[in-house]
Amino acid sequence: MAATKFRLRIVTPERLLLDEEVEEVMAPGDTGEFGVLPDHIAFLTVLGPGRLMYRAGDQRQMIAVFGGYAEVADNVMTVLADGAEFARQIDIDAAKRAYEEGKSALDTMDVGAPEFESTRRALDREAARIAAASEKP
Amino acid sequence: MASLKAIRKRIVSVRNTQQITKAMKMVAAAKLRRAQEAVVRSRAYAEKIGEVVAGLASEASLREHALVRERTPEARIMLIMLTSDRGLCGGFNTNLIRQAERFLAVPGRTTVLGTIGRKAFDFYKRRSIEIVEHVSAASASPVALARDIVARASTRFTGDEVDAVYVLFSRFRSAISQVPTVERLLPIHAPAAVDHPREYLFEPHRDAVIESLLPRYVEVKVFQAVLESIASEHGARMTAMESATKNASEMIERLTLEMNRARQATITKELMEIVGGAEALKG
Repeated sequence: MAATKFRLRIVTPERLLLDEEVEEVMAPGDTGEFGVLPDHIAFLTVLGPGRLMYRAGDQRQMIAVFGGYAEVADNVMTVLADGAEFARQIDIDAAKRAYEEGKSALDTMDVGAPEFESTRRALDREAARIAAASEKP
Repeated sequence: MASLKAIRKRIVSVRNTQQITKAMKMVAAAKLRRAQEAVVRSRAYAEKIGEVVAGLASEASLREHALVRERTPEARIMLIMLTSDRGLCGGFNTNLIRQAERFLAVPGRTTVLGTIGRKAFDFYKRRSIEIVEHVSAASASPVALARDIVARASTRFTGDEVDAVYVLFSRFRSAISQVPTVERLLPIHAPAAVDHPREYLFEPHRDAVIESLLPRYVEVKVFQAVLESIASEHGARMTAMESATKNASEMIERLTLEMNRARQATITKELMEIVGGAEALKG
């Protein structure tokens, strides 16, 4: 019989964020969003910063993911995230403020400036936070 | 014999020191607990990424990758040393430096240093070993620190300035046992290939995934080394401060004894004088 659920594990270098049985996942692939359902083929991909959604029954949850990798194998999906936060723990106003600040800082910055890359990454993180927190589950 | 007043002053001073060491011990114990938890929590990620890399170990593009290919002989080496910024942690830094000296003494190769933490930097800055990178241990979060270290080390490695990069850190066994450990970071020791590697579908492309995965794999190793080093430092400090507190107690006990003896001697002397004076008046 085909499986109706699979396991979703989200780990960051600092900790294990989530380990749950789920029915569906939408994840922010580096080259575009992709969906995972039970009995997915073995799959290994690079994740971009963005919003990850998972569903178990009627429960939909959003998580902000700041880049990383996802592996799907034998009905276990492991997300190796550089960082990840539950949407419900995100302060969206703070994220929006930080995004605007980062954006204006980036606009005035030289592309070759030493802090350009880190500012751009921080901006991507804020964008992922906003994307995850603004969508109501 | 020292004067009564001097001994009293001494006791007060030792007691003050003891209060400080006791407080430091307690702070270190609290920090140690948090650092130990961080070490444990980091394992899930490290184990998984190791598993993924092992699953890809039979891929030619991994085995032939610039970060994996062995270079023989390893003549130019970079050693990254993780020490602490602060002292008062027993033999923590001394043991690391001793291990570094052993590493540097191996003949037939030249070694440059990357120092993390002030103690290694202070020790080597006036010696003949070249320090090519230095970062303060407290400058950033462990994740950012690890990323920074790996970025700098791999630039040197891929730029063909060095043939190998090693890391020296204190492995945390327990609060009383920290073991200085040397591990090679680059070229990466490709994990043994698993027998039946999984046939993955890759996105965007197998080589792109491997390309992005390998530096991260090294970063995680350094990240764990940083965490172990932090836990070791607090463990060493806790143990050192514990024995310092005990030594202070012993010293106070000894000084108290000495003080009482001095007091007794004064009283005896005064009594003798009084008796002596009375005798003289009688005569």
